[in-house]
Amino acid sequence: MPNQAKGAIVGLGVTPMGKIYGRRSVDFAAEAIALALEDAGLQKSDIDGLLINANIPNDMDPRTQMTLGFENLNLINVMSAYGSTAGGMMQYACMAIREGLAKTIVLVYADAPLSPSRGAGQSYAGPHRYPLGGMTGLKAAYGEFGANVGYALAAQRHMHLYGTTEDHLGIIAVGQRKWAQLSPWAQMKALMTMEDHHNSRWIAEPLRLFDCCLVSNGAVALIVTSVDRAKDLKQPPVHVLGYAQCAPGDNLDTSRHPAVETGAKRSGEVAFRMAGITRDDIGTCQLYDCYTYTVLVTLEDYGFCKKGEGGPFVADGKLGPGGSLPTNTGGGQLSGYYMWAFTPLSEAVVQARGQGGARQVPNSDFVLVSGNGGILNFHSTLILSRHTSG
Amino acid sequence: MSEAVTKPVPIPDSISAPFFDGARQGRLMLQCCAACGKWSFPVRERCPHCFAAKLEWRQASGRGTLYTFAIMHQVMNPGFASAVPYNIAQIDLEEGVRMTSNVVGIPNNALKIGMKLEAIFEDVGQDVSLPKFRPVTG
Repeated sequence: MPNQAKGAIVGLGVTPMGKIYGRRSVDFAAEAIALALEDAGLQKSDIDGLLINANIPNDMDPRTQMTLGFENLNLINVMSAYGSTAGGMMQYACMAIREGLAKTIVLVYADAPLSPSRGAGQSYAGPHRYPLGGMTGLKAAYGEFGANVGYALAAQRHMHLYGTTEDHLGIIAVGQRKWAQLSPWAQMKALMTMEDHHNSRWIAEPLRLFDCCLVSNGAVALIVTSVDRAKDLKQPPVHVLGYAQCAPGDNLDTSRHPAVETGAKRSGEVAFRMAGITRDDIGTCQLYDCYTYTVLVTLEDYGFCKKGEGGPFVADGKLGPGGSLPTNTGGGQLSGYYMWAFTPLSEAVVQARGQGGARQVPNSDFVLVSGNGGILNFHSTLILSRHTSG
Repeated sequence: MSEAVTKPVPIPDSISAPFFDGARQGRLMLQCCAACGKWSFPVRERCPHCFAAKLEWRQASGRGTLYTFAIMHQVMNPGFASAVPYNIAQIDLEEGVRMTSNVVGIPNNALKIGMKLEAIFEDVGQDVSLPKFRPVTG
């Protein structure tokens, strides 16, 4: 039965997001887990598994289970494939439940890099993160700080090969801001026009400020259990129909092009096959959007359009409200909140349940979710649905 | 002037010493596998292609083409405050490896993907030089 649900998401907790200072990651995590338990109608004592998404400061280590006061967990781990981790966590949670290792598992991501004294860029990728020893020191010596540069290099290559333009990137940011205006959880609410996008300052050319994701303090928690147990819980279950990862590697040699041919291709093919559906069945995409470019290249590699045609594909605004492929309907990481792949995953749960309110899409039978880590070095795909099979 | 000393300067370690020693002498030294013949970058203990522990340091041609580039406007480190906007470039070397560096000697708006480049070596601190790239002229 390859198309049957592998597990079910029954609880979702999303804390307030953004410039919320003076709180530790674990405090946000506790709040998110409490919200998810309440959402699911479960007690803390019902939880017997905990998967933690490692964050950059590594302040969510395995001892977090004790700080959170869990007892008798049958499954505990801290996982990391950077921004793609949530997809892998969902794989392991579903497999563990099916193998009987645990019954009800919490998945959590929390981070609190922002402080009043540092800007978002410095908070996330400031000089404190750049050691000078050996060849690692070359990055700092050449001025290659943070992920901005890596994605700018990738976007520039795409522009060169395929004629992708600033307008193509801009329409993604503008559309997602419109979605953010409809989401109570989103950080960025002010209207953004294409002109606003083009007038925003360069960060790493060809990427402008409005091509780059936010940095957020906050946490997201999910509760996953078996399809059977999910039936009797408080919320409409969101079933996990397909999952896959692909870590495509890096610039190992000059025959490789990870900047423009990402892990989404292989990961997506496997996930769609597992779910027994096709792209045409997808009513909404929740795609990892650390940068506008990431959305564009991910759509290409999932096959929504041909390689290189991502720009013209998105140009009519089809990703925004009222469009034919509503994408990142909570505003995504660009305008909603930045919780690695828990951003697209959390919004996917909302849409699959049909609880999106003003931002609910007309067709949310099947929702596609992507995770992405490093400089397009890690990819994960999830296909979620209220249905128990594809 | 003071810019060069205030930018971060790498501290060579034992495994990267041949790279930095080479740069100091104006040579681009990279690792090449004696088992499979493939080059690799950055430094490793074992060949990432065949896993043989037979990496040897060899002098690379220093010639390549511009694969892609970005212009950094944001100041992420105080050492670069007077350098912005500066370029970061990926260069495809003749040896088949892709290396990140800076292109010097031309304005940023003259950078063109595919242009031919060659390595030069810039002193950035006491006993440390960095390979950078400039357009091949003529």
